[in-house]
Amino acid sequence: MHSKVTNHADAAIQFNLDEPRVDWHDKTLWFIREKRDLASHAIPEWEQLREYASQIKNNVLSNLSQYLQEFEKNAIANGVIVHWAADAAEHNQIVHEILKKHKVDRMVKSKSMLTEECGLNEHLEHNGIEVIDTDLGERIVQLAKEPPSHIVLPCIHWKKEEIGELFHEHLGTDKGASDPKYLTAAAREHLRETFLTRRVALTGVNFAVAETGEFVVSTNEGNADMGAHLADVHIACMGIEKIIPKQEHLSVFLRLLARSATGQPITTYSSHFKKPQPHQEMHLVLVDNGRSVHLGKDDFRNSLKCIRCAACMNTCPVYRRSGGHSYHNAVAGPIGSILTPNFDMRANKDLPFASTLCGSCSNVCPVKIDIHDQLYKWRQVLMKEGLGPTAKNASMKMMGWVLSKPALYDLSGKAARLVLKYSPFVVSNKMNPWYKQREMPAPPKESFKEWYKKNRSN
Amino acid sequence: MSSRDNILKEVLKNQPADRALPVIDIPVTTTHEEWVEALKTRLEILHVAVREVADYAALKHLLQQEAIPQDRTVTTIAELSDVSTLIEAVKEDAHSLEDVDLAIIPAHFGVAENGAMWVTESLIQYRVLPFITQQLAIVVNRKDIVYNMHQAYQRIAGTTQYDFGVFIAGPSKTADIEQSLVLGAHGPKGMTLYLLG
Ligand code: SF4
Repeated sequence: MHSKVTNHADAAIQFNLDEPRVDWHDKTLWFIREKRDLASHAIPEWEQLREYASQIKNNVLSNLSQYLQEFEKNAIANGVIVHWAADAAEHNQIVHEILKKHKVDRMVKSKSMLTEECGLNEHLEHNGIEVIDTDLGERIVQLAKEPPSHIVLPCIHWKKEEIGELFHEHLGTDKGASDPKYLTAAAREHLRETFLTRRVALTGVNFAVAETGEFVVSTNEGNADMGAHLADVHIACMGIEKIIPKQEHLSVFLRLLARSATGQPITTYSSHFKKPQPHQEMHLVLVDNGRSVHLGKDDFRNSLKCIRCAACMNTCPVYRRSGGHSYHNAVAGPIGSILTPNFDMRANKDLPFASTLCGSCSNVCPVKIDIHDQLYKWRQVLMKEGLGPTAKNASMKMMGWVLSKPALYDLSGKAARLVLKYSPFVVSNKMNPWYKQREMPAPPKESFKEWYKKNRSN
Repeated sequence: MSSRDNILKEVLKNQPADRALPVIDIPVTTTHEEWVEALKTRLEILHVAVREVADYAALKHLLQQEAIPQDRTVTTIAELSDVSTLIEAVKEDAHSLEDVDLAIIPAHFGVAENGAMWVTESLIQYRVLPFITQQLAIVVNRKDIVYNMHQAYQRIAGTTQYDFGVFIAGPSKTADIEQSLVLGAHGPKGMTLYLLG
């Protein structure tokens, strides 16, 4: 898998060595957050939509086994071949088998965070299959042999001059050229040729509708469609939590998704795949990979409601100033920090501490996930498991890094008291570097008060 | 036990007590004329050129005036068969469309709040057509404009089935390089909407 396990603190410190670059990264993401605000404020019923979305997702989680079976039945009736994968290895194997059956050793792929999670590209490449990512941002990081740093904007950490250099090397563009139009045109030519010659295309899935057996894929570039419609075989991969009950629910999610992600009212293309074309085979892989167990955790199941809009990442002061790679997982930022400990608590023990608990993530989340509360609850779990901040470990480093003042800690103090003592600090002390930012949202009084009450007795 | 049965068993065991689905009720108070105006404003932001035409005769006249080269222009609209090449059914491999400069296709309806046009396979014959063409033109009836996505899905539910359907909101685009908007990422570099009636 691509994500070599490191810890957020070290990676963040590394990222922060180049201060002007950090400022640039921060501003770029803030700009997207502002676009999201404009788009959401333009919809009077925005809060109502969030509430609907949250309720629909709650209903999905509480009836998931029924919806999965309903979806499967309808998809099969539509002529789709449905596969089930218990984990990443089985998912990768299923995809590989389909390729082998068709004697194909090259394929195009549009954006799919699930395949990142499963390490599909590495697995296929290891087996002699060439995978070309067709989303421009993903292609850029792929050429650079890096994972995406953001789930919606995979190369948000790259500067155009660097992309120009990369394209000069790989696509033969002019040396020194960095005009985004010119570079995009070069990628278009290179990928058009690819689309026209590949027989298998893999796409992700944004929503799968139980009622109709169809699945919806949203893109701005049109790359999922170029790949899927021109290929003999279309493989779509999705986590089991992507199901929604009815077609009419798409209205709620499509209104929320792009506005939350980039401030657009909708992505350029929202493609509804129901049946394969007459000459075509359409496969759908339903992947568990830890989700069914995660579903059983009262405190943490809500994170399965996520629609991967990345609004929580764009608004997060820690994400903006530490970069996506510092989270060492396919999904970074606040949502990554509450998802990944479900799958591997030890490997991701640093992430719940990569936050100031400011609550901005929960405020922007279109499906109302209690992100910052879950971050806090994860800290408690990690403490209990003995994985919380101690003088030497990554979580401590993370706390230290977030607060920028590690020397202030009483490292010999009891761990629980440490959090009690220093978490208020996070939202109030002027030394907190995040606090100084004028765009810092007001800390959510409610949750902090609740938290304080709960913990005073410790 | 198969992975399927295992997953379903585990999900059933772990799913929480039933939570009810909400009833979606977003009333629309504005008028149809306002929706059309909102659509035009939205499309301008999306870099879509909007032309209002009375009927197909007027549209044909307009297309002739614009001197669009006929050999690389295709349409799936029978009324436009003498200004472009008519595709009536899927006869060839879709890859043969790679040289299409302009595709003129109809949409079932358009959505004012986001500028998206609802297009299904039966209207385009080849699924890849609106993506592979260099330029896209969509024809939609003025009366077929709805305001929001809730109305859109009510309409979809009430009409005939589709095997593939897509909302198209403007030309293909990307902002992956330093957030600079570039039109024509993989699909059409430009789009025109003909508002009919
Ligand atoms: S947690 Fe919420 S805000 Fe974050 S990516 Fe998921 S849906 Fe978007």
